[in-house]
Amino acid sequence: MIGVGKIKQYSNVLDRSLSKGKQEVSLSAFAFLFSELVQYNQTQVDNISELERRLEDAGYAVGARVLELLCHREKGNRRETRLLGILSFVHSTVWKVLFGKVADSLEKGTEHEDEYMISEKELLVNRFISIPKDMGTFNCGAFVAGIVRGVLDGAGFPAVVTAHFVPMEGQQRPRTTILIKFAEEVLRREARLG
Amino acid sequence: MDTNDSLRVASLWHSMHAISQQLSPTVGCSGIELLEADTFDLHCFQSLTGTKFFVVCEPGTQHMEVLLTVIYELYTDYVLKNPFYEMEMPIRCELFDINLTQAIQKDRVALLGR
Repeated sequence: MIGVGKIKQYSNVLDRSLSKGKQEVSLSAFAFLFSELVQYNQTQVDNISELERRLEDAGYAVGARVLELLCHREKGNRRETRLLGILSFVHSTVWKVLFGKVADSLEKGTEHEDEYMISEKELLVNRFISIPKDMGTFNCGAFVAGIVRGVLDGAGFPAVVTAHFVPMEGQQRPRTTILIKFAEEVLRREARLG
Repeated sequence: MDTNDSLRVASLWHSMHAISQQLSPTVGCSGIELLEADTFDLHCFQSLTGTKFFVVCEPGTQHMEVLLTVIYELYTDYVLKNPFYEMEMPIRCELFDINLTQAIQKDRVALLGR
């Protein structure tokens, strides 16, 4: 018959084509989901560092998957082998896909050779969250730190990643910095590659 | 006005609002929207869930309803999406306070500029 199109009905998400990217999700929906994630973990733990660790683990799972997906979609299945390459991948591509914009800045640490920092004026996940005074230095950006750690680990650059608030003069709200500390073997390999 | 006084006043207002709904001669009344007194005006906004926002201002201040809807939006953003806020507790969210003062400043500037 003329005009009858064939519509593929995908019964489950695994059958759908991978290249259909650029889906946007409502910020409010994500904010509520993330808020519930934090609240749920709060009931399970006794102290703040446990809570941070749990958020980071949740982010780690996301990071591992995001790495695979983005390597396929954005980079044509090419693999990053250099330190600066993977850092700019995280700073631009990963941030663009997850948060809709590239990260504000990428800096190399001055005191130690193995430290790098990605800074953001205000992390998207922290947009609606006000930390109560009695929680001290807790930062829900630990979730994003976990994502970065997942991406780096999956790409073969093991690192310790943490999120910190850095107070800025003249600004009411502190800036957020994701501190990445690479493992010894990464630096040795980087030095060997020249 | 400290927290306890605010709570006392707010609960008084809540009861009055509920009583006014029953007392109203018209059918389908949703409660007091405007209270005009000698030295102040009180505008009240009730959300679909029954949460009431009221603002006390100088007599004759215009466009308070718009301000109240803006405040309602700020409430849904910075209080309800905050994982550290417990429902029905006094609001101690930094972001809410910052944005609230900003909204009121903007409103005041717009009012004086007219």
